[in-house]
Amino acid sequence: MSDNTSGCSGNCVPGMKKDMLVPQLAVVTDIRTDTPDVKTFRVKSLDGQPLFDHMPGQCAMLTLPGSGEAMFSITSSPTHKDYKEFSIKRCGMLTEALHAMEPGQEIGIRGPYGKPFPVDTEFRGKKLLFIAGGIGLAPLHSVIDYVRANRDAYGHMDILYGSRSAADLVDLEQIQTEWMNEKDTDVYLTIDRPQEGWDGHVGFVPSYLKELAFKPDCTAIICGPPIMIKFVLQALIEMGFDKKQVYTTLELKMKCGIGKCGRCNIGSKFVCKDGPVFRCDEIDELPGEY
Amino acid sequence: MSLKKIALTELDRFFSAIALKKKIYLPVEKAGQYDYAPWEPGITYHPEVLHTVKSAKSVFFPQSEDLVRYKRSGLSLAIAEVPPEDEEFVVFGVHACDVKGFEVLDRVFLSDPVDTFYKARREHGTVVSVMCPQPEETCFCETFGIDAENPGADVQARICEGTLYMEALTGKGEALLEELGGIVAEADQNGEAAGEGKDAEAYAKGAEEHKKIMDKLPLAGLTTEGFGAEADLLTLFNRPEWKELSSSCLGCGTCTYVCPTCQCYDIREYNTGKDIRRFRVWDSCMYSDFTMMAHGSPRPDQLQRFRQRFMHKLKYYPDNYEGAFSCVGCGRCLQKCPVSMNIVKVMKTLGGAAHE
Repeated sequence: MSDNTSGCSGNCVPGMKKDMLVPQLAVVTDIRTDTPDVKTFRVKSLDGQPLFDHMPGQCAMLTLPGSGEAMFSITSSPTHKDYKEFSIKRCGMLTEALHAMEPGQEIGIRGPYGKPFPVDTEFRGKKLLFIAGGIGLAPLHSVIDYVRANRDAYGHMDILYGSRSAADLVDLEQIQTEWMNEKDTDVYLTIDRPQEGWDGHVGFVPSYLKELAFKPDCTAIICGPPIMIKFVLQALIEMGFDKKQVYTTLELKMKCGIGKCGRCNIGSKFVCKDGPVFRCDEIDELPGEY
Repeated sequence: MSLKKIALTELDRFFSAIALKKKIYLPVEKAGQYDYAPWEPGITYHPEVLHTVKSAKSVFFPQSEDLVRYKRSGLSLAIAEVPPEDEEFVVFGVHACDVKGFEVLDRVFLSDPVDTFYKARREHGTVVSVMCPQPEETCFCETFGIDAENPGADVQARICEGTLYMEALTGKGEALLEELGGIVAEADQNGEAAGEGKDAEAYAKGAEEHKKIMDKLPLAGLTTEGFGAEADLLTLFNRPEWKELSSSCLGCGTCTYVCPTCQCYDIREYNTGKDIRRFRVWDSCMYSDFTMMAHGSPRPDQLQRFRQRFMHKLKYYPDNYEGAFSCVGCGRCLQKCPVSMNIVKVMKTLGGAAHE
């Protein structure tokens, strides 16, 4: 263990607020292998105090010094105060290094960043339809568990989740043991291509969505690969949804997390600060650069 | 107005007196080019130099700076913070365009959440502006409402008839001139009322003559019409002319490095062998890896990157900061772009009024 438990060494100027770009120290306590290329990391502070408060949809910067730093959505619900979880797909240099970590590894974390889903306002009392593809489940996971923890505050919940294959469904165990048994909740799983041992639905998320023919009397929350989001949104419009009923969360390259480094803007909006959560009618007002 | 003065021939004494107590940055010649650097005995100030190659922004927002240092050993990690600037310093000779450039950066770095590294430098730095010498044909600061004769800052100065005249505009500026009491003289000490003596006359006349030159500059009529917070974002973004405008851009990023208002940065790290230093370094939206992610980039072509730079300066920044533009018309990009593409051509092509 490091002797630097406060995340602030002897160089700290007393009374000075730590810069937003300087992370605090944290430790990875558990690592769960979800799929061949997704692992979920549980991160805690060194002193057992909450790292910071967040709301579903917000993100945090994780760093393993020597390998870089990047923004990840917080997968766990804020109702779990003593830890944050991150489901991370291995797809680049940093995520490769994160996947190679062992429990007990100390890392840097800073956050939370961005605007969360309006779980305590617009979502409250509404029927909710979650639509996720692949690792896109990560940011919705936090919302779904938040709704489950406050189940009576929301209406019926439908969860449609798809991935390339059965092995690529992230956190299938919790989905089957907890979400499928949650009250007033229906879960629909699909995989892109048939495979042995899978007796569930086969097909892409947007076409399954149309087959299921949900009534446009709910709020839809979507996340997945950009191409999936595009076709899901089209399908929802065909099904009679208004864009004001549909929320998504976007991802662009980020460095600072506070709207200053200048790279994650779409028009005048910064995804790190004004997003990552957007209502789909808001996205219409932005240039298509995402 | 309390006007102070010192003869240009006495400037060495002036710089020495400041340098006894604090660092003083000013345009310094190196290999035939000028850039802001600390003054040392033997360095001469050249008031006739209009532009440093890079703007004065590097004094507050250095091209590269450490943010945090890490040490890793096995599973453990130690985080050492880098202390912010804590020594007073002076920046001398900043012209109106670069002074306004600081204000453009201030809106970004001093808005919540504050960038403490930048803030510490701003708080410890005292800026002495000087009315620019003869402006060049690439200058267009007045397009952005900048008053070249009154550049502002903590102390504002004009060089008139071989004399540097200074007036303090802030408490920091007053304190600096007070410290220099033995070096700078009160203007108009010979019983003449403040603002009415020979010195005040010279000071005012210097500005009048400068203004006459400003009015004759070839870009004097350039306006911001068609841009800013009022302009329609998607209409501007979707203009077909972007294709032609961007076609010659090499993506070299020179415009962003010489620009007083470009503030985009990257955060990278370097393993020294003893520790891992995370540092901030200027970045450029003109580069293809600026927005490159594992799964691709939202701006794959130079057209999109070129458009981003000018939309940021003329539309996105005004949207976010109460209509203020992120260009100060210094003209450095006009002088330095290897293919002679620049913001003036963009404004003339897409703007509301033609200025050919």
